[in-house]
Amino acid sequence: MRARALPYLLLLPATLFLLVFFVYPFVEIAVLAITRDGSLSLQPLTTMATHWKFGAALGWTLLLAAIVVPIQLAMALSMATIVTKLDRGRSAFLYIFSIPLGLSDLAAGIVWLAIFEQSGFLNSMLHGLGIVDQPVLFLSYQNIWVIFIAIVLAEVWRATAIVMVILVSGMGLIPKEYYEAGEVFGASGWQRFWKITLPLLRPSLQSALILRTLAAFEVFAVVTALGGTTLPVLMGETYNWQFALQDRNVAAAYALVILGISIAATLFFLRVLRVPKGATI
Amino acid sequence: MRRSIATLASATLALAITAQAAQAQVLFWSTQAAPVEETQKMREQVLSGFEGGVDFQASETGPFLTRLSAEIQAGSGQIGVVGALHGDLATYADSFVDLSDIDLSGVTVSDAFLELGKLGTDEQKYLPWMQANYVMAANKQALEYLPEGADINALTYDDLIAWAKTMAEETGSPKFGFPAGPQGLKHRFFQGFLLPSYAGSTVTRFRSAEAETAWEKFKELWQYTNPASTNYAFMQEPLLSGDVWVAFDHIARLADAFNQRPDDFVAFPAPSGPAGRAFMPVLAGVAVPTSAPDMEASKALVKYMMQPETQVATLLATNFYPVTDAPLPADLPASARALGPAITAMTTADDALPALLPVGLGDLGGQFNQVYTDTFERIVLGNQPVRDVLDQQADTLRSLMEQAKAPCWLPDVPSEGPCPVE
Repeated sequence: MRARALPYLLLLPATLFLLVFFVYPFVEIAVLAITRDGSLSLQPLTTMATHWKFGAALGWTLLLAAIVVPIQLAMALSMATIVTKLDRGRSAFLYIFSIPLGLSDLAAGIVWLAIFEQSGFLNSMLHGLGIVDQPVLFLSYQNIWVIFIAIVLAEVWRATAIVMVILVSGMGLIPKEYYEAGEVFGASGWQRFWKITLPLLRPSLQSALILRTLAAFEVFAVVTALGGTTLPVLMGETYNWQFALQDRNVAAAYALVILGISIAATLFFLRVLRVPKGATI
Repeated sequence: MRRSIATLASATLALAITAQAAQAQVLFWSTQAAPVEETQKMREQVLSGFEGGVDFQASETGPFLTRLSAEIQAGSGQIGVVGALHGDLATYADSFVDLSDIDLSGVTVSDAFLELGKLGTDEQKYLPWMQANYVMAANKQALEYLPEGADINALTYDDLIAWAKTMAEETGSPKFGFPAGPQGLKHRFFQGFLLPSYAGSTVTRFRSAEAETAWEKFKELWQYTNPASTNYAFMQEPLLSGDVWVAFDHIARLADAFNQRPDDFVAFPAPSGPAGRAFMPVLAGVAVPTSAPDMEASKALVKYMMQPETQVATLLATNFYPVTDAPLPADLPASARALGPAITAMTTADDALPALLPVGLGDLGGQFNQVYTDTFERIVLGNQPVRDVLDQQADTLRSLMEQAKAPCWLPDVPSEGPCPVE
């Protein structure tokens, strides 16, 4: 009897933790989003959906995720492959690649702001090289696409390493025998990558993609640092409604939208990259 | 052995005493002096003289109100003294103790400000603490481009537009600057300067034809405004770097420019429109919430804040001016010497039209400001049709005023019930 109860007992603390710190706040938020002054109301949701910035925030957030995540995936795959191939200096490379992970989002945003600002490094360099006469204003409301590109760069720089770390550990799990067999049958490097590494990497790819995509929907500090309010994103609007506008109901409605997209993205990756039962290594 | 026990005992005792002292400190919870340098100066130069010690904590308005409301709702808390703007304090009138029993021995406070501090009750809900204003500042290089015959102390908005245009055309880059960044005080310009100058109103005539003209004028001015303005928070920095020659901002956000290069800049009144020379005086007050842990200490701190030396020290720390008759020292910093006369010129002008900071909006203050910021972003940055934007934003404004049940404040005509939006 005791032995049968043990696993559940061991799960109990984690379950309690999840209930108290995840499920309870989630229910609170969901309730907030559909009430106003304690009574049921769709007003927070309609206020959010009809606000003139909502469409832009949703659009920019989705676009950002759609561009950043594939770039990060491609870069992380190549970085992970390089690291796995290395015989010597492997940990040194891993260490250097993952330096940006040690910085907070905001710090990363500020680092890139220091580059793109009117008095920033990029302008000093261009001026020093005689390419421009006076500093160019890169991050202005007139060139919103430049702001967008700067955010993409900052995000890629900051968060590619986390994908790489997951992929490196995933690659470490692939048995050497598959590659040896591939070599024996004359598969080229590319073929081995496409036919062996990628399929067997599926579980790691899945977790890396889910993790990164969720983070991409929650992008905030980097955008705030580089774009201010010029380029609205969902998380920035949530913050704005909660703190600047002091309306937690509408902020909760935004949080629900982010949650909704996140669940949809997670289900998508779970489905697309699912590993059939019995096909695991 | 005995000695070490004695040492241990005295160490414990010492610890206990310091812990006690730390606890006895009055928590001064403030929305003002929030920039780190100012907070530091408040602690070191203004509050260090208070016996018993002060724990000065400044925060953004949002978190500030959240904690204050929480403590008031709970009926007990740590906040001893609250320092905030008139409009923020007005919401909590019921939760502040009467301060009329504080003996200000010899300190004379402006009567008008004391009256505001009653918040419409018979009790002194807060004592005026310090005041500020918004002015224009210009690099002296800009003066030669002033339109012919224009008096810098009596400019109109048309003069300003003409001036900005000439500067942009003759220097090759737009030299007018405006604090339109996320942390900039742009909404105060629309609420207290632009709209009242044209429509004679901030709320009621929000979507009037005059308001439409005001926004058209601002759009015109924006053509000659440095496009980096949407990143500016404090105008002193672009003024110092030379990116901007003429700017509008809160005096506390211009002071550095005057202090660093006093000979290079001049301060002058905001321009006037058809309805007058509107400006927004800023009044901050100190109040004691009913939930304060130590009422005696709190009141002692309020009294301390009103003393002439403290008021002068506050001016030096925050660039906010005294509200009492505190004599100003002769060796004032350059910013105070330059900005003071500009404020006086503005407030005593023949066409002066004071417009108060929002009153009675409470935690809807942020959304109120957002109406003006959104209007600006849509009309000026987004190039949306002025009429449509004003109509839509007026709806938002109307429902906000109704939700807040806030009656009109200056310059709008007093109202029964929520301030109407025509």
